[in-house]
Amino acid sequence: MARTGRRGTALPLGLVLPATGLLVLALGYPLVRQVFLSMQEFGLAQQFGQPPEWVGLKNYSEMVGDPYLWKVVLRTVLFCFVNAGLTFLLGLGLAVLMKRMTSWVRIATQCGLLLAWAMPVVAVMIVWQFAFDTEYGVVNWLLTRLGGDFQGHSWLIEPLSFYAVATLVVVWMSVPFVAFTLYAALTQVPDDVLEAAEIDGAGAWQRFRHVVLPSIRPVLLVVLLLQVIWDLRVFTQIYTLQRAGGVSRDTNLLGTYIYTLGIKGGDFGTAAAAAMFMLALTVVLTAPYVRMMLKQEEEQ
Amino acid sequence: MARRTSRPVRLFADVVGILVLLGCLFPVYWMVSRSFLPRNKIRNPEPTWFPFGGTNDNYGRVFGGGTFGDALMTSLSVTLLTVLVALLFAFLAAVAVSRFRFRGRKSFILTLLLIQMIPAEGLFISQYKMLEGMSLLNSVLGLTLVYVAAVLPFTVWTLRGFVDGVPRELEEAAMMDGCSRLQAFFRVTLPLLAPGLVATGVFGFIQAWNEFTLALVVMTDPAKETLPVWLVGFSESRSRGVDWGAIMASSTLITIPVIVFFLIVQRRMVSGLTAGAVKG
Repeated sequence: MARTGRRGTALPLGLVLPATGLLVLALGYPLVRQVFLSMQEFGLAQQFGQPPEWVGLKNYSEMVGDPYLWKVVLRTVLFCFVNAGLTFLLGLGLAVLMKRMTSWVRIATQCGLLLAWAMPVVAVMIVWQFAFDTEYGVVNWLLTRLGGDFQGHSWLIEPLSFYAVATLVVVWMSVPFVAFTLYAALTQVPDDVLEAAEIDGAGAWQRFRHVVLPSIRPVLLVVLLLQVIWDLRVFTQIYTLQRAGGVSRDTNLLGTYIYTLGIKGGDFGTAAAAAMFMLALTVVLTAPYVRMMLKQEEEQ
Repeated sequence: MARRTSRPVRLFADVVGILVLLGCLFPVYWMVSRSFLPRNKIRNPEPTWFPFGGTNDNYGRVFGGGTFGDALMTSLSVTLLTVLVALLFAFLAAVAVSRFRFRGRKSFILTLLLIQMIPAEGLFISQYKMLEGMSLLNSVLGLTLVYVAAVLPFTVWTLRGFVDGVPRELEEAAMMDGCSRLQAFFRVTLPLLAPGLVATGVFGFIQAWNEFTLALVVMTDPAKETLPVWLVGFSESRSRGVDWGAIMASSTLITIPVIVFFLIVQRRMVSGLTAGAVKG
């Protein structure tokens, strides 16, 4: 088992050192620095080399007083919950069905899912943009064929249909992970317990509700929370659709808002404050997950 | 024994499976097939479903622009450097975590898990300012630094699982036969870890190759763009009418390495994902 002694502690610490050092430099230091950035003001003068001015909590108080921020936050949380919920339900449904498929169909489906999962986000976005293109898109063609009036319909101008397209793409890309993970968990549910429940007269839904769901509960929770975290920070999808569609003020989520403020607008102070806000939101939403992990590590 | 599935249920499951498969393949098919279509056929209101007798013009226009090559070089260097550094650092850390009990081990593991929850969008402003201060904006080194930090937690985690999987008794047996501890590790354990290193490396490759957000923030100079950033710029650079053919061709080109790597380790990735879930 564990080797102790002087050599035994110096060596493992040395092995961990490179990884730790890099993480401290690339994540730890920026995190600390962001706190300071968020209390500085960057304006036109700073673009010409003036050092930024200390303003204390002014960026925060201005931001909190700005109704636009709250709109963006509300949108972000809504978008996140809708997408995470849809992805979760579709992934769970698919995982349950995968257990019932003929084996070659299952393998083929899994290969397709992996492909969707591995494809570069940008390439995926571009193909879907083309599919929803106003003039040459196959979606408009199909809907017109089915009797709708979709000739020359622009999907990205209206915020609601903009988000519908974004949701379609995000869900399309995220279902594979959920389906795979939950399928793996489902294969771990012992068959004899299910058979015993069946003999006791439990119907399919009752077996699912009272035997299957409780036994995969830990994995369900982890997958759902991961999905929430990931959908809270969608950036690429929104950014590329905005570039293609043109309306960004009505469609900004937190990520694109921070980007517009800081990198494009040069207002690093306010952008950093908004980013701190986003981190806080992440902490609030993930607190239950963190508590679970801490417990698991303790038990080991 | 596997449980029986009744025939209507199996039929329903199979139909859904095939529909999902088609839903996954359609965008890929659409992308690749459009990339071989001449312009007038892409811009036909009636879509061409089965393009035969295609053209290579679209690919010609991608390479003809001259900027594709630069982006390819940037992407390749950043991705390979990220994979190498991440694998090396993660390998050392994974060995430490798996083979030793030391003070701070638990907090190291927990920190790794916590880091995975930090959204890139929550830190990219200060990372940008940091790289600006270090004169590392628009440099392969700067982007690699933030990429390695992004993939390290997962990489350490996965490799740790693989190191755990090699029984320590094998090393001990080699030491009985007169190997030193180090020799035993390099001759016995390391070769057994090769598949794990490959699978983890491929994961890092795909992550770094596909990444968009940080590259957009860090590589602001058009000459230094990675392929995904270049592609988004390219897709809007035409002032009169979008050149969908060339855009589909470049999307296909960016996807090819991913698919090749994916085919190589596809089976291992399925089992890796499965194992990860069970350990959850």
